[in-house]
Amino acid sequence: MSYPLPVKNPKLFEPISKWICNIPHCKILQLELVQAERSKVVMRIPYQERLVADRRTGVMHGGAITALVDTASGLSIFTMLEELLGYPTLDLRIDYLRPATPGLAVYCAAETYRLAKEIAFTRATAYQEGNPLPVATSVGTFMRRRSPKGEQA
Amino acid sequence: MSNNLNPEHSKEHPIDSAMLVSLMDFCPYAQLIGMQPKVENGELLFFLPFQPHNIGNDQLPALHGGLIGGFMEMAALMHMLCIQESNNVPRTIDFSIDYLRPGLAKDMRATCSVTKHGKQVANVQVTAWQDSPDKPVAVARAHLLLD
Repeated sequence: MSYPLPVKNPKLFEPISKWICNIPHCKILQLELVQAERSKVVMRIPYQERLVADRRTGVMHGGAITALVDTASGLSIFTMLEELLGYPTLDLRIDYLRPATPGLAVYCAAETYRLAKEIAFTRATAYQEGNPLPVATSVGTFMRRRSPKGEQA
Repeated sequence: MSNNLNPEHSKEHPIDSAMLVSLMDFCPYAQLIGMQPKVENGELLFFLPFQPHNIGNDQLPALHGGLIGGFMEMAALMHMLCIQESNNVPRTIDFSIDYLRPGLAKDMRATCSVTKHGKQVANVQVTAWQDSPDKPVAVARAHLLLD
């Protein structure tokens, strides 16, 4: 059991989280940071017709949820960092527990539960307001880039 | 016109490109990311032309990893829809993606292979690449629930 702490380095985290939300693909999905603390973030994606998987049902596409989960999981690493390091995604697994309810935003609470020397291990839950059953759960791994801005990922 | 998308299934369920394109009309997300189903050399593949709004890292620059995942998941669903007999869209049970190389700011392609086509569930492997199929950007596995 551990108690909540603020993000490790706000001077690093704040510009990084702004930069991430302004990345073209995050902008088009309208990804937003809702809250952050040490090891954890919450991000959200508002309901939008252009993110629908099937016009006949209005359900948000798994791809938009994948982008939300990937971004939130990656961002949770930066709540634990003192200095800027690159962490590309190594792998990500998503279990879809139920279709997202049309008309509602999807939130993602993501956590880095182990920050090892080279690998960050994350887990995340995507959910909606008013429904205790999550939309999706996920686990991922991210690998620290050896060179600060190296060509290899 | 080459309808021979999948030698194992084409006999009982031939596919035409018009049907593939009409599938896209139902899916605003697929239109947003700009993916296109194509038949090349008798093989069904999915094409993701480069668009600036698909960028996920403007320093490299590289495509968004989540977008690559969404593209590959949609490819698995559309591939299955093409080879199965039912017209009902399968539902993704789970999706697992391994990122092997950065997806650079250029076109991407994906192909699918159905490892198991059961009555209830299908296991679909997806490979996405840019320069050559030998150098995949990502590989993924989807379990799809069939109607």
